[in-house]
Amino acid sequence: MSRDPLGRPPALILVPACLAVLVLLLPLVVMVASTDLPGLLDQLRTETAREALWLSVSTSTVAMLVALVLGLPLAWLLARVQFTGRSLLRALVTVPMVLPPVVAGIALRTAFGRSGAIGEPLLDATGFAFPYTTWGVILAHVFVAMPFVVISIEGALRSAGTQYDAAAATLGASRWTTFRRVTVPLALPGIAAGMVLGWARSLGEFGATITFNGNYPGTTQTMPTLIYVTRQADTDAALALSLVMLLVSVGVLFALRERWLGVGTT
Amino acid sequence: MNHLELDVTVPGRVSVAMTADPGEVVAVIGPNGAGKTSLLGAIAGLTPAEGQVRLGDRDLHSLPVRERNVGVVFQDRVLFPHLSAVENVAFGPRVRGVNRAEARVAAQVWLERLGIGDLADKRPGELSGGQAQRVAIARGLAQRPDLLLLDEPFAGLDVSVAAALRIELTRHLASYDGITLLVTHDAIDALTLADRVLVIDDGAVAQVGTPSEVAARPRTEHVARLVGLNVIREDDRFRCFGPGAVTVSLARPEGSARNLWQGTVLSAAPHGDAIRLLVAAGPELIADVTPGATRELGLEPGREVWLSVKETAVETYSLAPG
Repeated sequence: MSRDPLGRPPALILVPACLAVLVLLLPLVVMVASTDLPGLLDQLRTETAREALWLSVSTSTVAMLVALVLGLPLAWLLARVQFTGRSLLRALVTVPMVLPPVVAGIALRTAFGRSGAIGEPLLDATGFAFPYTTWGVILAHVFVAMPFVVISIEGALRSAGTQYDAAAATLGASRWTTFRRVTVPLALPGIAAGMVLGWARSLGEFGATITFNGNYPGTTQTMPTLIYVTRQADTDAALALSLVMLLVSVGVLFALRERWLGVGTT
Repeated sequence: MNHLELDVTVPGRVSVAMTADPGEVVAVIGPNGAGKTSLLGAIAGLTPAEGQVRLGDRDLHSLPVRERNVGVVFQDRVLFPHLSAVENVAFGPRVRGVNRAEARVAAQVWLERLGIGDLADKRPGELSGGQAQRVAIARGLAQRPDLLLLDEPFAGLDVSVAAALRIELTRHLASYDGITLLVTHDAIDALTLADRVLVIDDGAVAQVGTPSEVAARPRTEHVARLVGLNVIREDDRFRCFGPGAVTVSLARPEGSARNLWQGTVLSAAPHGDAIRLLVAAGPELIADVTPGATRELGLEPGREVWLSVKETAVETYSLAPG
């Protein structure tokens, strides 16, 4: 550490900071250390694990895209349009963020379950119901991940400011053109961050998914549910699966960071 | 091109009525907070305002910002940071339906006219202040506006850069057949670029006239100070005199009490060959003295002095605007 002209960092700050690093990293390090690598490869060869991994990655990606397509417009409304009840609306749409996931699952059931307020008419009209399907998994993921997407994109839109929108208007651009060609490009780093956050939240989703959709291999069994179920029978296998998930999430986040966030952080 | 007739009020900020003819450059001058930028915002439609802005047979006031076709060169430029210089300039024509290739070629021509054709592919972040200001002016002109609003176009630029740009802007504005409103707090801008000067003080029009009229017979202390004159309001008249006509002494001089003031030196700074004193003497007055006299009389801030001026050096004109 180079000499800081303002003096050394005080121990009262340094010690808790080091403890924080320990608390965050120790469990992961121990987990990695106690997994045997051949076992990891065996786990990856099983049909269940591959299905669950694929389901997790694909549903999280679709959920993230849905959350973007719906959440970006909502974020723009919250950031750019004055209307009564705006603060209330902002507070309400972030509720799923702080809701215990299992409660989210119950709420989804009440609304979209086979006898739910929306689910029943939907079933009568189309013969389709969300619960226990891959669409149900995606719905649960969108529900818990979208608030993260909305909040971080709204922050990015706000900090970009309205002066560029004003300049575009004086040049003759409509609101839609301004949105496409000015507002969104300027908020891109924030939008990318929101998507990554939403994707990560979705990948780890467990409570709402299992409550709403149960645990059927191939259709609704995502990695977190598989790990939870395996844990009850075979600790080593669960450990190996956990490591796979850790690698996938860290790998994807790192790739996205390089590609998208690198621009915004310079 | 069309005649401009406006009468707008931004509640609590500024209220202005004026007219302008095609091709005219009107400088809007006044101290900070006088309401200059609010006036531009009201004309562009960005600041909520009441009244009307008639341009030919259109009432801009009833139109949304994007349909007004008013070019705005913002004080902080507001170039789109994610677009290159040429894309910034092409933005206006593009959103108005000109195809990509055509808009790009036209934008390149504008950049070349402003002497920065070689910077077309640079992003605003890679440009100096003067270069960015040129891009902003090109962007404002490229949409072929009926009315061009320039908000402090030389603010924040180096003196030499501002001087060069001022000369070029004079040329571009001369060949522009729309109306230009140029907000500035700099007397040089108003005197060199404008056909007419509109002085705003405290949210209202204080004076309208040609640059030479306004410079010779200022009606506000702000403009008087900008053009280097003293102006005193006396009943229904203004009395105006230059700082060179003022005699500074330590003791009360003989003579008429009418053109005599006692006050405290606020500041003393070189001005050409002389030292210019700013004296708080009831009104704030400026006086030019020689460096020799400054030393001899010890004219430094805080010093009590008497100021006097010969009646023959004072120009008197009536208060009625004109």
